[in-house]
Amino acid sequence: MLLFIVFCPIVAAILIMAGAPARKTALLASGSTFVMTLLAFALFERWQGGFHHVSSFTISADWRLNFAVGLDGLSLIMVLLAVIVTLAAVWFTGEIDKYENAFYACLLLISGGAIGAFASLDLFFFYAFHELALIPTFLLIGIWGSGNRSAAAWKITIYLALGSFVLLIGLILLYQSVPVASRSFDIRALQAAAVAGQIGPEAQRHIYLLLLIGFGVLVSLFPFHTWAPEAYASAPAPAAMLHAGVLKKFGLYGLLRLAIPLLPDGARHWTGLLMVLLLGNIIYIGLATIGQKRLDWMLGYSSVMHMGYIFLGIASANILGVTGAATLIFAHGLSIALLFGLAGEIRKRTGTLVFDELGGLAKVMPFAGLAFGLGAFAAVGLPGFANFAAEVMVFFGAFQNGWEMERFHIFQIATVLGLWGVVISAVYMLRAYRKVFMGTLPERFRGWNNLVDLRLSLHVPVTLLVGALLWFGFFPQSFVRIVAPAFRTYFSANAQP
Amino acid sequence: MIPPPSLEIAVLVLGMVILMLEAFAERIDKRILAFATIGALIAVLIGTWFLAPSPAQEQATGFWSFYTADPLSIFFKRFALLTTILVLIMMIDYAPVVLASIPSTKKQTGLGEFFAIPIFTCAGLMYLVSAIDFIFIFVSLELVTISFYVLVSFTRHNPATLEAGVKYLVLSALSTAFLVYGITWIFGVTGQTNLQRITAALANPEIERGPALFGMVLVLVALGFKIAAVPFQIWVPDVYQGAPTPVTAYLSVGSKAAGFVVLLRVLRPFLMLPQMERLIVLIALLTLLYGNLAALPQSNLKRLLAYSSIAHAGYLLIGVACFDGPAVTFYLVAYLLMTLLSFAVLVIVAQQTGEEISDFDGLAKRSPFLAFAMLIAMASLAGVPLTAGFFGKFFIFYAAIAQRQTALVVVGVITVACGFYYYLKVVRAMYWQPAAKVDNISVNVLSRLAMSALIVAIVWLGIYPAPILEALRR
Repeated sequence: MLLFIVFCPIVAAILIMAGAPARKTALLASGSTFVMTLLAFALFERWQGGFHHVSSFTISADWRLNFAVGLDGLSLIMVLLAVIVTLAAVWFTGEIDKYENAFYACLLLISGGAIGAFASLDLFFFYAFHELALIPTFLLIGIWGSGNRSAAAWKITIYLALGSFVLLIGLILLYQSVPVASRSFDIRALQAAAVAGQIGPEAQRHIYLLLLIGFGVLVSLFPFHTWAPEAYASAPAPAAMLHAGVLKKFGLYGLLRLAIPLLPDGARHWTGLLMVLLLGNIIYIGLATIGQKRLDWMLGYSSVMHMGYIFLGIASANILGVTGAATLIFAHGLSIALLFGLAGEIRKRTGTLVFDELGGLAKVMPFAGLAFGLGAFAAVGLPGFANFAAEVMVFFGAFQNGWEMERFHIFQIATVLGLWGVVISAVYMLRAYRKVFMGTLPERFRGWNNLVDLRLSLHVPVTLLVGALLWFGFFPQSFVRIVAPAFRTYFSANAQP
Repeated sequence: MIPPPSLEIAVLVLGMVILMLEAFAERIDKRILAFATIGALIAVLIGTWFLAPSPAQEQATGFWSFYTADPLSIFFKRFALLTTILVLIMMIDYAPVVLASIPSTKKQTGLGEFFAIPIFTCAGLMYLVSAIDFIFIFVSLELVTISFYVLVSFTRHNPATLEAGVKYLVLSALSTAFLVYGITWIFGVTGQTNLQRITAALANPEIERGPALFGMVLVLVALGFKIAAVPFQIWVPDVYQGAPTPVTAYLSVGSKAAGFVVLLRVLRPFLMLPQMERLIVLIALLTLLYGNLAALPQSNLKRLLAYSSIAHAGYLLIGVACFDGPAVTFYLVAYLLMTLLSFAVLVIVAQQTGEEISDFDGLAKRSPFLAFAMLIAMASLAGVPLTAGFFGKFFIFYAAIAQRQTALVVVGVITVACGFYYYLKVVRAMYWQPAAKVDNISVNVLSRLAMSALIVAIVWLGIYPAPILEALRR
């Protein structure tokens, strides 16, 4: 079943390149992977620890290199995120003026790469699947992008290539840090080695720093973030949905999957650095977001900013914070995909995303206005949406950390400052909503007959995204119950969520 | 079972037969000669799987003290044969350019030699990878080099080609002189030319190491010229750009691979000297930086590939500095596949529009197949995972990290990022620049087959590298 979920998008992409009808095949592939993943989600036996649906093929016995996939709670929800956003992105894709087949193939390759990376139990394929998405991203932005697409495409590709090679060095070091007899690319074997204390504290520090920089570039951690807003502003809407919603989360998933269980000493050593950088994400980028004059740039910056909360959850290193981080990855992925999708629809109708040229769109596009409002509320973290539950867990988890001293510690300071970020995001999100949807329709739009609401078929992906956000907002327990066991083994000493 | 040297003899005989046919059978279509050669070389390639084992190197005497058929050499004999076959396929596509540049009253003048000379180069390469004696290394290297003199300047009515030919001739002769001089120094110190015996002689603590080291440095100069390592790379861009494209491909794959095999062999006796390792690390660093940085502003694809070939020599030298033979070999295999694929596309496109990167504008519309082939080649050269090029870099970096060569790793990572820029420049031209011409480009069946095979091999080895690793271990 898992093999089907991993390879269905890739096979569909190849079929589309070979000439299969593009949109139908893509919808069929993403729809069927969605159904299969829901099935896996429903049947998930959370009370059994470890990985499920494992299948493994030997690639090189000498190197202990296998192609191995499997799901635990964490990877299951990441795959679920990927398939939901893929389905929505494919659905949101409108008419493509050139190379239609290649467009859908690229989308599905990104999706397949992300799903493969989340499901991989092997370091090598974990890395390779993510890189599979690199060239399609380059092509999507370069061929079908808007604005200064060429520069944006170069920037994202070179940034990500550099980041991933730093990451590769870190992964090779990780592989070599284990004694020769137990060297393996298998994540489970590495975890066993880490539990046995075979990864020395000094090696952990080096590796953690390399992984933090490598993954950090991929996730747009503060000083390495400049590729993100530009790329998302230039990318066609479905590509931005997939990249900001899913692919970017690979770096965070990697930190949760590798850094937390394998390198606890390294994580502790670099906590101070990570705190400073993530506050850069929350405060500095947050303020930069307020200053944006275009909707797409603002959304790009806001997605960089929200990474800061997820890093805070990861840095808190207790089960509450880490579970919150995982939940926030999921919630943010859905909400940013929704917002980018709607921004793309607005651009298609008005031809501009500059705030000062827009206004009053809620009158002509009431459904889009409602959906955008819900997405913006979710992104701000209003109660009732999954983001709220996640942010609460992150803040509580982070505040709890190091509290036994009964005085303010770096975690408490960071949490307090981070809370101000919620205010900042409320400022820019609500301001954007007012500028785009409220007020009066600008004079020049009068009489434009293409200024109509979303077609009825587009209500489906919107409902899907909003529904998932609301479901996990009202019933976060259905989510936490699946994710938390994946972490429980590493934080057995900590409190239960 | 076939005794090992008979393969080389078969290839030499084949070359002479083709030359005779070229001279006396004037009526036939000369391309038949190329097809016949390809068929015969495939037969020889199959023959490499049925070789009789050769005596062990330690107690070898007579002919076997010059020549070995160890697994490494057999592997690279296949490598040389495969390269030659693919280059010949490219040459068939290139034939119109050769004919146009040689004015003559007779039909197809000169085409026969164009197909025949690579056979001799191939024989030279096959001898070279088997050579375990400095004299034999020298002789077979000359066989390769002299046949390249002819090939590089084959379309000699083109001034750029003539310039390339002269440059290659002069600098190559100079490097040969360095090689001989280096060999005499080593011989003077150790009294031996056989590599095995030199190792034994150098292990003797009474021997003077300084002069031997000096001799080795001179040999390194000559080999540095062959593999295009900085600071012996000056000839590369001009010669690569001026030479006929299939010859450039041959030069950048065959000549380089042979150079690395010889380098691995001759360095072995000198490994106990720490100065040697430091020297190679330095050369590797310079080569990486020069090749990658100089490639950034290039606008001519052939010249770009020349600089890229210098850059890849840098990655290979990382492997040499860590003395990881399998990593170097795997990288060379990946390099063969992706370089030949990109040159194969270049040969076809260059005849339609030109060799500039801007001549590739809109190739995706004109020929989706060629554009896709080039996309795979460029992705692999840049080192995108799930292509052979990535595994090559992976093994090289793995070796460097295991040996804690921090400088090499840091510079290597930075230069990889440079590589993404200049390789993807070609992808950008093909996919999102508007096309200058709109006609379709036709590709003949044989080339299409060869390119498809290369694409499949690149992706296959990028997912499942075990076959090559297995072949190397035996």
